[in-house]
Amino acid sequence: MNKIGLVIQREYLSRVKKKSFLLTTILVPIIIIGFYAAIIAISVTDSGDKSKVAVIDESGIFNGKVVNQKNDPTEYVFIQNETEQSYKSKYKSKGFDYFLYLPKINIEQPKGIKLHSPSTISIGVKNKIENAVDAAIEDKRLQAANIDAERYKKINSNVSIENTIDTGDKEKKSVAGVAYAVSFACGILIYMILLIYGTMVMRGVMEEKTSRIAEVIISSVKPFQLMLGKIIGIGAVGVTQFFIWIVLMLLLQAVLPAIFPTLSQQVVQSPEAGNIAGSQNMFATVTEGLRSLPVGLILFCFLFYFIGGYLLYASMFAAIGSVVSEDQQEAQQLVFPVMMPIILAFVIMVRAIAEPNSSLAIFGSLFPLTSPIVMMGRITYDVPIWQLITSMVLLVLGFIFFTWLTAKIYRTGILLYGKRITWKEMIKWAFRSS
Amino acid sequence: MLEVKHLKKYYATQKAVDDISFSLTPGSIFGLLGPNGAGKTTLIRMVTGIFYPDEGEIKFEGRKFNPIQDVSQIGYMPEERGLYKKMKIGEQAVYLARLKGLSKSMALEKVKEWFIRFEMQSWWNKKVEDLSKGMGQKLQFVITVLHEPKLIILDEPFSGLDPVNTNLIKEQIYQLAKRGSTVIFSTHRMEQVEEICDHIILVNKGKKILDGTVNEVKQKFKENLYTVSLEDIPSSVNAPSFDLIGKEADKFILKIRQGHKPNDVLQDLLNNGHSITRFNEVLPSLNDIFIRLVEGTPVTRQFETVTA
Repeated sequence: MNKIGLVIQREYLSRVKKKSFLLTTILVPIIIIGFYAAIIAISVTDSGDKSKVAVIDESGIFNGKVVNQKNDPTEYVFIQNETEQSYKSKYKSKGFDYFLYLPKINIEQPKGIKLHSPSTISIGVKNKIENAVDAAIEDKRLQAANIDAERYKKINSNVSIENTIDTGDKEKKSVAGVAYAVSFACGILIYMILLIYGTMVMRGVMEEKTSRIAEVIISSVKPFQLMLGKIIGIGAVGVTQFFIWIVLMLLLQAVLPAIFPTLSQQVVQSPEAGNIAGSQNMFATVTEGLRSLPVGLILFCFLFYFIGGYLLYASMFAAIGSVVSEDQQEAQQLVFPVMMPIILAFVIMVRAIAEPNSSLAIFGSLFPLTSPIVMMGRITYDVPIWQLITSMVLLVLGFIFFTWLTAKIYRTGILLYGKRITWKEMIKWAFRSS
Repeated sequence: MLEVKHLKKYYATQKAVDDISFSLTPGSIFGLLGPNGAGKTTLIRMVTGIFYPDEGEIKFEGRKFNPIQDVSQIGYMPEERGLYKKMKIGEQAVYLARLKGLSKSMALEKVKEWFIRFEMQSWWNKKVEDLSKGMGQKLQFVITVLHEPKLIILDEPFSGLDPVNTNLIKEQIYQLAKRGSTVIFSTHRMEQVEEICDHIILVNKGKKILDGTVNEVKQKFKENLYTVSLEDIPSSVNAPSFDLIGKEADKFILKIRQGHKPNDVLQDLLNNGHSITRFNEVLPSLNDIFIRLVEGTPVTRQFETVTA
């Protein structure tokens, strides 16, 4: 057992000490967080930025005053004694960001309203200005129909339905979109882990075989110890990487509000405001949605299926690595059948998120070759406990079975050179006694 | 020290090792000879615990061979050199020594000691891919022996080495044998075997066809050939005690006839009035014996069906 420890240590340290490890470990979250921060930064600056709009209102619908809608900090300034043509070239130099031109219009069919801008305007700005114009036109129409504007506002209804899940102990608010996103993210993460770390194991085994170190090492340790040591070592690299990422994320989560103070204000404000529309409330929605999910269960399952799925597939990738000799193309051909179930699992996972209780989803989340991915896709949708336990037990059994099988292929393959090995031979080795 | 009894290993298409027995005494240098594909590597792999024999028994120091325990007493240098190309040399040597069961501090000490002995200290932080073939060979040898195993198995240890390094390693092999290690030496280079080995076996097609000390083997295969140098070389000599086989610049090669002794030859030559300056027995070289025994069997082994 001490020897497995040594192998694990080498496999782990030789990878963690590499510069590329540090690079990917630090860079990946920076890229992800960069995106995340950029999105937030854009939404924050957009809502905080007061744009100045010059208005030439030939239609008179504004009556000389624009009533700002909710969350619209835009400043509207009316320009007198100018035409669209004459003012088009001047608004920039007068310190306006945009120039809104309303010709004489028929309020039943408003046409020809134009917004001049130096470059393409954002959807946010366009929406705000459209809202302002819409409100003005609506007022005019209400007047024309002899309806009191105040009464109309009282009649007008705009509900948002709150989804409450009754799990017994306490009611939780759920946001369907967040559950969907979390399921999808977990599934895709496991999918990527299986492929990335699986191929890493395969390459490691191939390296040992082609550099012929395998024979030297196997005269000191059992092939099974070497294989297991490699699998666990690389798995530990993966766990380390994830751990670093999680720490970095949490750190940034803590640091972000300090950088963007407006963000935390919004988070505080939004629950009592109770409205979930508008881009600046996305963050609040996500936070609230996350709170509604069984985070502990998801984290536990993620870790379990990550480790279980990795161990199950890593031994297969190791066996493939042990039978190929030098030829990359040969490796690709042989590895395809191992990748098939992973890809299949991904496809089932996508279906399972849409229909978490369909028979395909249930089968996929129990069958050990697909369960690590499919179960993560279902996990936010309250999987019955018996299914979860069955799936986990099957995964452990599957892992033991496949490791036992592939270890025999590995043992023979690692010392065999120069010969192209067929699937038939591999199956024969796997089921041979001794 | 090592006793191998009726060892068999059959593959699907070949009897790789077919009933081989031999035994080694501690401190001996043992030559394992045979043509390509004779089953040497399979035999070695069984002795190193990489393969299990199908049949037969291996005894290590009087006990039944236990691969898990006894591998720490074995150092194996395979024919195809193998090291991690991207790993630092010092680190790698320590790692491989620790896999053989040495403690961390012990491994470090031993590696340093051997690196000094082979003047390799400056290699410590280099990678294997930076080494030349000969340097790699030296490193591989050091890694094989640095845990001072009781049994050292060397498969073609001198390939790719210059004469200086060959001597360096040869010297170390003698030293190790003197300190009680048993060395199994597998090679095709017969002149090295003659020089180094005490005891040889020859394997062909999975079977042992020769076993004995170098001298015994030579005696067994001698053809009663002698060279004789005479003061005045006549065009030919003949006498009832020998046949003339050949003539070289200053000597004749004679074969003594059945029932005669070297003394009879000398007697006959003296009686004929020749004056003898030199008289030597010609022993066959291992190379000749090897070729004689292996010749006639196909150079490459054919695949056969085994029913076992």
